[in-house]
Amino acid sequence: MFLLRFSETLGSHFLYYVNQAGRMGIFLFLVIFNMFKLPYYKISNITKQIYSIGTLSIFVIIFTGAFTGMVLALQGYTTLRKFSSEGLLGSAVALGLIRELGPVLTALMVTGRAGSAICAEIGIMRNSEQIDALECMAIDPYKYILAPKFIAAIISMPLLNAIFNVVGIFGGYAIGVGLLGLNKGAYFYSMYKDVEFNDIYMGLVKSFCFGLIMVWTCSAKGYFVHLERNGGFGAEGVSRVTTSAVVLSSVSILVFDYFITSLLL
Amino acid sequence: MNKEPTIQLIDVNKTFGTQHVLKGVNLSIYEGKTIVIVGESGQGKSSIIKHILGLIKPDSGKVLVYGKDVNRISKKELKDIRSNFGVLFQNAALFDSMTVFDNVALPLRERTSKSEQEISAIVNEKLEMMDLHESNEKFPAQLSGGMRKRVGLARALALNPKIVFFDEPTTGLDVAKSNEIYRVFFRTQSKLGYTAVIVSHDVPKIFKLADYVALMSEGVIQDSLSPEDFQTSDNPAISDFVEKTMGRIYESGQVEG
Repeated sequence: MFLLRFSETLGSHFLYYVNQAGRMGIFLFLVIFNMFKLPYYKISNITKQIYSIGTLSIFVIIFTGAFTGMVLALQGYTTLRKFSSEGLLGSAVALGLIRELGPVLTALMVTGRAGSAICAEIGIMRNSEQIDALECMAIDPYKYILAPKFIAAIISMPLLNAIFNVVGIFGGYAIGVGLLGLNKGAYFYSMYKDVEFNDIYMGLVKSFCFGLIMVWTCSAKGYFVHLERNGGFGAEGVSRVTTSAVVLSSVSILVFDYFITSLLL
Repeated sequence: MNKEPTIQLIDVNKTFGTQHVLKGVNLSIYEGKTIVIVGESGQGKSSIIKHILGLIKPDSGKVLVYGKDVNRISKKELKDIRSNFGVLFQNAALFDSMTVFDNVALPLRERTSKSEQEISAIVNEKLEMMDLHESNEKFPAQLSGGMRKRVGLARALALNPKIVFFDEPTTGLDVAKSNEIYRVFFRTQSKLGYTAVIVSHDVPKIFKLADYVALMSEGVIQDSLSPEDFQTSDNPAISDFVEKTMGRIYESGQVEG
């Protein structure tokens, strides 16, 4: 009896997640298809989304970027001093930021700030029949609501990543040169010498992929809020689905970070 | 009623979870007429509208609009059919981040190539028709329930649709506001001549608007009759419904006179 119930529960969970994965796959396909489908967008639809996902995230990105660079410099200086290699601090900070911490932390911060907002906004639109209303007006929600968000996220994430990296490098400079007394020429020279185009390319690819993952998971979770297993209706349903979207997006970003790194190294 | 029906439901079945809501629904709706679907709560009246709109797929049966089965046509064909629809949702389903003006302008901006000046003229005309011309810069959250429904109706009528669906248009409104919605309905239908499908609880007042009244009960449409015939029907489910909703409130004839 116990075994039967156990296998029943296991099977139902399995089917639910397979179903959800399939739904999300078709969702991604439909959004990408609509991104390239005519008629093209009104520019204002996309700029509005870039403002909401990108511009409004700038402050938090500058703030986290500065402190990440500062702590990297502090930790790096302490370690490099053991090997009398303090002169390499600039390249250590820059490579750490450009290849790894910049894309990942930017994506995690944007997921927390804009991803949750995307999920909640779409979830509320679904629950208050606004998406049904669009469909009844013969306006495709994939084209009207989702595609502009995808385009905005894919454009915004690499730009935010670039801001994060630049601010982080100057944060590291402030600590390394300003506080710890490192030569400022050595800080920038080691960076100039060691950072290659491939490092920047890897960071760009990562931030592009993370932007897609963030907007995909968060918008799909909101769009299918009514199909959630434990009932996705009402404020509680939206709040639950927003939390799970942020968790799923963050975990996926970290998992894909490993795979992208191993592919590009 | 010799003409082909504009909308036809043939033996439509639908189960939600373990609940068999529609058990072989058959219904015909004719061009330019107003049909009111009545019935107790939870009988699946709104589900019928959602099936016609193509928002829900039936487990079996056909939903024909202009002779085409909305569940067996391409997305583009469904979009073309939907371009004839206007829908007033139960909670109006307004876009809460847009002003009243932008809500009504949305279908015009997205579905037509009209200039902003032309759109503005149409939106103002619709809002004036609904006595809302002074609220065009307000957001839905700043409006009363009746006003929200009127904005919903203005948006539904923005593209002069051929068929308009009303899902419980007066639910949650007081008598004065309900009458206001009915007056707006009368005014717009006589001006635009659309086919109307209304789901409502507001019996018997809603009968005044109807060309046909259909009762949804026990998962099927019991019958679709003129309001007069509906009230004198021999069908036990209909007579029972009429008795329940329009009969005497008090048991004693003396009390009610």
